[in-house]
Amino acid sequence: MLFLSQLLALIRKELLAILKDPSSRTLLFAPALMQALLFGYGATYDLTHAPFAVLDQSRSAASTEIVARLEGTGVFHRIATLENTSQIAGQIESGDALLVLQFQPDFAAKLAGGAEAPVQVILDGRNSSTAGLASAYVSSIVAGYNADQGATTPLTIVRRAWFNPNFESRWNLMPALIASLSMLQTLMLAALSVAREREQGTFDQLLVTPLTPTQILIGKALPSILVGLLQSTIIFLIIRYWFGIPMNGQVWLMYLGLVTFTTAAVGLGLSISAIALTMQQAMLYTFIVIMPLMLLSGLLTPVQNMPEILQWATYANPLRFGIDLVRRVYLEGATLREVSFDFIPLLAVAAVTLPLAAWLFRHRLS
Amino acid sequence: MTGFTVTAEDLRRTFDDADVGEVVAVDGLSMRVREGELTALVGPDGAGKTTLMRMFAGLLKPQSGRLSVLGIDVAQDPQSVQDRISYMPQRFGLYEDLSVQENLDLYADLHGVPMDQRQERFGRMLEMTDMARFTERPAGKLSGGMKQKLGLACTLVRSPDLLLLDEPSVGVDPLSRRDLWKIVQQLVDDEGLSVIVSTAYMDEAERCAQVFVMDKGRLLADGSPAELTARAKELTFTALPPPGVPARELQARLIDARDLVIDAMPQAGNVRFIKQPDAGDADLRQLLDGIETEARTEELEDAFMMLLRAQDKDAPAGPAPEAANTQRPATDDKPVIVVRDLVRTFGDFTAVASTSFDVARGEIFGLLGPNGAGKTTTFRMLCGLLPATSGHLEVAGRDLRTARAQARARIGYVAQKFALYGNLSIRKNLEFFGGAYGLRGRALKARINEVVAQFDLDPAAQSGQLPAGFKQRLAMATGLLHQPEILFLDEPTSGIDPLARRAFWRTITALAGTGVTIIITTHFMEEAEYCDRIAIQDAGEMLIIGTPKQVRARAGDGAGQTMNDAFIAVVEQHRENSRSRQVAA
Repeated sequence: MLFLSQLLALIRKELLAILKDPSSRTLLFAPALMQALLFGYGATYDLTHAPFAVLDQSRSAASTEIVARLEGTGVFHRIATLENTSQIAGQIESGDALLVLQFQPDFAAKLAGGAEAPVQVILDGRNSSTAGLASAYVSSIVAGYNADQGATTPLTIVRRAWFNPNFESRWNLMPALIASLSMLQTLMLAALSVAREREQGTFDQLLVTPLTPTQILIGKALPSILVGLLQSTIIFLIIRYWFGIPMNGQVWLMYLGLVTFTTAAVGLGLSISAIALTMQQAMLYTFIVIMPLMLLSGLLTPVQNMPEILQWATYANPLRFGIDLVRRVYLEGATLREVSFDFIPLLAVAAVTLPLAAWLFRHRLS
Repeated sequence: MTGFTVTAEDLRRTFDDADVGEVVAVDGLSMRVREGELTALVGPDGAGKTTLMRMFAGLLKPQSGRLSVLGIDVAQDPQSVQDRISYMPQRFGLYEDLSVQENLDLYADLHGVPMDQRQERFGRMLEMTDMARFTERPAGKLSGGMKQKLGLACTLVRSPDLLLLDEPSVGVDPLSRRDLWKIVQQLVDDEGLSVIVSTAYMDEAERCAQVFVMDKGRLLADGSPAELTARAKELTFTALPPPGVPARELQARLIDARDLVIDAMPQAGNVRFIKQPDAGDADLRQLLDGIETEARTEELEDAFMMLLRAQDKDAPAGPAPEAANTQRPATDDKPVIVVRDLVRTFGDFTAVASTSFDVARGEIFGLLGPNGAGKTTTFRMLCGLLPATSGHLEVAGRDLRTARAQARARIGYVAQKFALYGNLSIRKNLEFFGGAYGLRGRALKARINEVVAQFDLDPAAQSGQLPAGFKQRLAMATGLLHQPEILFLDEPTSGIDPLARRAFWRTITALAGTGVTIIITTHFMEEAEYCDRIAIQDAGEMLIIGTPKQVRARAGDGAGQTMNDAFIAVVEQHRENSRSRQVAA
């Protein structure tokens, strides 16, 4: 009972301190809101405006038909019609055109003769994923043309993408933000919480009270966790209702995952905070930590593509499992049993960092 | 002695404060400072000393009035003044990662000291500061006193026409303070340097040829120390309390009688006091109640206190202590603090070497020592902020190693600098700390109301914006909220003016009267006189523990000996002994 009333006093003070400080007050809502919208609109791999140029030396019905189909997609815009091969390089190098479509002079003749008639596509490979997408588009259009011409194709691949029927990268990215964006804020908030008190000298005053390290730990962690969940909720609502990405899984399961994940992140933040002597140090350490956390999380690049040693390193990264968990529950509708493995590394990180922080409160010497 | 280094006429300077509005730092001040002399600016905190110094140095422009330094109008041409003066601010900008020599080189470069003059100048500075042995040591690794000496050496890499020193001895222990003044004195004697120094120590002001007493931006008085001291002529006495009566109890009685007594301070087991010029003999006799008094030679400090008291007659004597009775509760024999063979090491550095002592209930126990002596380390171990390396440590009957939280529940702590939540109101701070100590509901409310009344605080005020004196009252209120058995105070009086210090000690002695044990560290040696017992540490070792009287006796006799002298003697004796031991070994 005494334990709880002491704890309550500390939690109330922590929340007050966050709410009273105008700068941390804006930190609660503004970044989550802004970044969620920015990511939603700005960060996309989808091909929506692909400029291309055409060098049609065959000037045949077939070549015109293919170009028309390409433009008909609404994704490709013809920005130039070239006269000779020497102009190709200029278009690609300047970045004006993502690809150049070239039809050889004998294209129509070969086609009519039933021979193989190549369509040459020159792509700007500097942005490999966009180029890859564009080339896939062009192949499928050519394949479609072939099919309409009654050309025999031995094998047809019918694609059906699950969980994200239109392959929209926004769908892949945004649920991951529920975990990753809120982590940025909570990590910073937790990292500053103890460091601020150390810098201002209030931590000594806190340490001479009968509060135990466990109470201080819970009192410092809970407000940060609450703020983290609040941020996740803001992002979740934006994704679900503003961008309208459908949720297939259970909301409670996602929140169970988020609570575990945020606790691990706060544990990390508090450990940083307990080590740092000043707010400046805490800030610096946080920035050093955040970059690898992001890179090794699978947010932008799949973990399976990384070298094995880095894949092992990702097990210590709560963000990897937080993102995995949220993505799978949100998009796949995964059940608790299916995502249960994700909880293990998260709990392990929390189980190490939280006691470490509590120990450091008293044993970190200035 | 013909010219004046500084001539000021009706100087005024204000600052805008977002919370308080306009603050007048220097208010219509006129003064003339003579050439080739040591001149002191004295005054309580917030008197405007630093502002004035910065205006002399051309770092701040006066808003009105005329100021000429070395015959140059500073406001018009600050650069030519700065080319000829040296200014040492309170916190001198040493580069902590650079060595002593590199710092000197750097400042010589900055001031454009010619190469051929440097070796001679450096040699002289290093010799005067006695730092030739430490030229390779990084400045950050020096003790506080050494840093201050290095700061002075860097300020003096070139030969200025005027030297400005802004409170050079704040936070510096008595030994380093003495060394610092030796250097300054030498410069004045040998080079005929003009020096203006601001200080809170009267013994320092006494060394100067001319003293300016300031308060609230105005000049209260000026003159030679002798002229100023004469103001207290025939008003100064020493009261001799009978054996068994602690000097501080008599002191408390005297200082509370404000109509009759201007000031009272315990000294050497007696109480020195200044009577009001118009105090009737009969009233005074009644107050003293048969206690013997002797006339005492007046000192500069007496005159200073008279000037300040005349300024704020209505200032409260200090927060009223909660229990008026100075009767001590029956003391059980069990000490409240037991320390046995306490050791603390940091790596291979021993900060505190095997230390043992006891503190009895209701005692005022002072921890004294030069900078880096280990008193802060000892203090932090006692209040549970730092784990001991080895040894036994018992506080309020609880072992600090096994029952830390229970031990902490019975102690109160007041940090050196303000350590409460500045953006929360006084009430929120008290509510939080009360809650942390396990108070809640009605009991918490009642206690908050009590301390708020006791320390005369406004619960709605935001704590970060309080004036320094009130911040300290809040810190005391917070420390006493849970009615602790022991109160720990870490240099509570550093940086506060003499009047506030008197008020503060009045509260402390009253608290001790109610049976609260007080553990206190301080740099002001005269404050040791308030303590029942004091402990002096040096280089991690406990040199002496005893009553102020015992400490003075041990230091060697001499009736007029101040605590400051006793302290220096004890530390030097010890250093001498350990040196000869080393030589013998």
